[in-house]
Amino acid sequence: MCECCNNHKNDIYLPQLATITKRRMLNGTELYLHLEMDSGKDLEYSPGQFVEVSVAGIGEGPISISSSPTQKGLELVIRNVGSLTRVIHKLEVGGKLGIRGPYGSTYPVEQAKGKDLVFICGGIGLVPQRSFIRYALDHRNDYGKIIVLIGTKCYTMRLFREEIALWQQRKDMTVMETIDEAHDCWDGNVGVVTTLIPKIESDLPSSLVMICGPPVMYKFVLMALAEAEVPEDRIYVNLERRMKCGVGKCGHCQINEKYVCQEGPVFRYSDLALVPEAI
Amino acid sequence: MSVLKFTREQFENFVSAMVKSGQSVMAPQAKNGRFAFGPLQSAADLRLDYDVTILPPKKYVLPQTQTLLEFEVGGAFRSVDSSQPMILLGVHPYDVAAISQMDELFSQDQYDKHYMDRRCKMTIVALDVVTPSENVFASSMGTATVRKGYDLLLTVLKDGSVLAEAATEKGQQLLKLAGSSTPASEADLSARKAIWESNEKNLDKHVLKCKPSYLPKLLDHSYEHAVWEEMARLCYSCGSCNQVCPTCYCFDVQDFVNWDLKTGRRQRCWDGCLLENFATVAGNHNFRKDRAARYRHRLYRKGKYVPGKIGGQIACVGCGRCITACTAKIANPVEVYNRLMEDTELG
Repeated sequence: MCECCNNHKNDIYLPQLATITKRRMLNGTELYLHLEMDSGKDLEYSPGQFVEVSVAGIGEGPISISSSPTQKGLELVIRNVGSLTRVIHKLEVGGKLGIRGPYGSTYPVEQAKGKDLVFICGGIGLVPQRSFIRYALDHRNDYGKIIVLIGTKCYTMRLFREEIALWQQRKDMTVMETIDEAHDCWDGNVGVVTTLIPKIESDLPSSLVMICGPPVMYKFVLMALAEAEVPEDRIYVNLERRMKCGVGKCGHCQINEKYVCQEGPVFRYSDLALVPEAI
Repeated sequence: MSVLKFTREQFENFVSAMVKSGQSVMAPQAKNGRFAFGPLQSAADLRLDYDVTILPPKKYVLPQTQTLLEFEVGGAFRSVDSSQPMILLGVHPYDVAAISQMDELFSQDQYDKHYMDRRCKMTIVALDVVTPSENVFASSMGTATVRKGYDLLLTVLKDGSVLAEAATEKGQQLLKLAGSSTPASEADLSARKAIWESNEKNLDKHVLKCKPSYLPKLLDHSYEHAVWEEMARLCYSCGSCNQVCPTCYCFDVQDFVNWDLKTGRRQRCWDGCLLENFATVAGNHNFRKDRAARYRHRLYRKGKYVPGKIGGQIACVGCGRCITACTAKIANPVEVYNRLMEDTELG
């Protein structure tokens, strides 16, 4: 074997096993998992990154990390939507998953220090944003205001209800929620998430705005932010693509020349000016 | 390094020695009126005069299916090393250039040992083109001849004798298998130079109207051009252009469970960005649903995106395989790039 092979014994495709230590359904389709690595060593990650999750014999897929590196273990939220996630949903506490990563870019946790943070979340877009929200709450003095807007399609699909209720009780953050369709049990805002933007009590153009939601949401939120004169280099979008390999080889996650698994999933919006496939 | 000359008979003895060496030898052979790389059983089957093979020799560095891992169902994974010593014999310069690009792509950033282990155990014997294929345009792409990326370079002279020059230690080792030969004369070297000069001009069944290095800039101004829609109207999204391309390296990864239902393997297999569901995520959202967008993506990868990862080398080497493989006759990169040249004013 030549020298270059000897220097590279690591297999970038080899997952490490992790054990499910907690599980519960957040709604009809979203499963919350708390995992601990079998190696006993916590993954080192930053808010915004993702992992490749495997079930041996079924396959592998990219899943955002929902926990903050300030807490122990790894939290994921997995929608029951395909062959892999269907099997993951059947796993009980003690079940095993393969984990590779973490991969991808991170939220601007350092550059954001001292600034107001605005999180705009649509549906399961809350899941990766929660990583930075919790991180910021655990470093509360490092950041200005923390404002979280959450839009959900319908009442029954709301995620992290108890946690959001706790956030709403805090004096040091603002949480606004809306649902797209009116519901008997809901007396809060009704309408899409953009309807909450005018209610933000912060100097929006000087805040950092983080967006994550379904593909259709970005365009409308970005239009509303443009209207509010938020500079594009203060907006961060978290984009979903098919990050099959996670290591910039397989080609599936490309948006124009950018590999989402390496340069994303978190992009500064101003860096996407010449990337028409992004939004 | 010195250049050796083999008579036809001496060269056949050299090839026979390779076949008997215990390493597998993959070489171009006749197959139903065309040519294909395959395991060489006998020196007589080697076709030094082949024009182009149906599939490029990338199938040996990045096999159609390759086992990456083995696992216990629902349990732990183990890395699998499928590499073994191999002689890749008779690789045309454009295919050598393509493999060199792939070497860089699989070793940069995150080192892909499944690719690189195979590659490191491989001896590449390049061969200057004897018969131009019907759609070759390597002259336009600067890949009609190569000076690196191989271990040994062969050139067939008009009288059938073969010149061989080692470029690496591996090439030198391979030459040790050769029996008798003579040092090449000045006249032989001049004849080889003439072949190089001829190939640099004459592998030109299609002619790109600009330097390849100009393509990234051209594509910067061509994203909304009408050609993408026009060509893609005829596209079947069959992915043939991807499969036969020596520089396409996108892959999918799938799990297969063995008959015992207890163990299995994770394999990667070739994929193609022209295929309809290439960018589809779970939940059925397709991020490149539009045929024209997929068609455009391939030509942007060749002319701009991949070059951005490998120091500007254009990721089309002019083998012409996609032109031959495309039943709709829309895959010719030269035709598209020339059309963009005609219509684009660049400052």
